[in-house]
Amino acid sequence: MDFREDQIERYSRHIILKEVGGAGQKKLLQSRVLIIGAGGLGSPVALYLAAAGVGTIGIVDMDNVDLSNLQRQILHSTKTVGKSKVLSAYDTLTAMNPDVRVVPIEEKLTAENVTALFREYDVIVDGSDNFGTRYVVNDAAFFLKKPLVSGSILRFEGQVVVLEGYGATPCYRCLYPEAPPPGLVPSCSEAGVLGVLGGTIGTLQAVEVIKLILGLGDILNDRLLIYDALAMSFRKVRVPKDPSCPLCGKNPSILSVSGSTDWACSI
Amino acid sequence: MSVLVRIPTPLRPLANGQKEVQLKGASVREILESLVRDYPGIRERLMDEKGEVRRFINIYVNEEDIRFLEGTKTPIKDGDELSIIPAIAGGSR
Ligand SMILES: [Zn+2]
Repeated sequence: MDFREDQIERYSRHIILKEVGGAGQKKLLQSRVLIIGAGGLGSPVALYLAAAGVGTIGIVDMDNVDLSNLQRQILHSTKTVGKSKVLSAYDTLTAMNPDVRVVPIEEKLTAENVTALFREYDVIVDGSDNFGTRYVVNDAAFFLKKPLVSGSILRFEGQVVVLEGYGATPCYRCLYPEAPPPGLVPSCSEAGVLGVLGGTIGTLQAVEVIKLILGLGDILNDRLLIYDALAMSFRKVRVPKDPSCPLCGKNPSILSVSGSTDWACSI
Repeated sequence: MSVLVRIPTPLRPLANGQKEVQLKGASVREILESLVRDYPGIRERLMDEKGEVRRFINIYVNEEDIRFLEGTKTPIKDGDELSIIPAIAGGSR
């Protein structure tokens, strides 16, 4: 693959970084990333990956753009209210960088379709809004041996971690063995979220995706990063692989992807 | 032993909005008991009916998850920091 003139110019600030270079930029152009959720986290992730020239960006979301999304979901605009989120995302990303093949997937992610959806991608990004989806995404990424860059936000707090449980590092179930039962804690729409948190956490997810593609630096796969916007603090805690993890532990009891992706979001 | 307990933003409304509190106790269990005594609203969110820490909330002593230490029996030294980190799932909607 040779660069066109306009590509050399577009990606010049990457190409002059010796850690990226022409070879790294080509890797980005040939890479395929799937983003779960075209919302508060998926928006900045998709925008920065498209700008970086990630060649194929799949986006899964079944919702339409709502006016209450625009406080944080910067892929969408007042003009696209009522339109499918993935088509709104397609327009925004393609206008920004026509090099990128954007694959809009207007479907509900389920235990049944997740494996087929993940198969053709190199890296999975989780920006979903409920625990059921997070466990299904974790399990499917584990079985297909795909790195999973997980981010979540609520109120004034965000978390980031890269999950590669098929190796020596943990999966989501090692970190959080069980989801909160629905009803115990307020839903996200009740709890609220500071909109800009999606930018803070989503751009950190985008950085980890690019490092994974380029094989650069230290990956956040043995620590959980916790961002507290009010205290203005970033902290990391250790996340060991759990030898008794039902998915990636020594005697696994979960041997295929199952479970509902309907669970309410919590805390 | 006196330790700093960091309260995650989702639980702060139940602790008069404080982001951290200073508590005394010799083990994680003693510290948590003292926390829910001072702020009873936190109890249901943090513990099940048997008083065990809920499985979607992790407790860290400094950087270490107590599940990989001695659980709530993990001893506490003066100056340790205890963090309560709940699973959160928001991102899309
Ligand atoms: Zn695991």
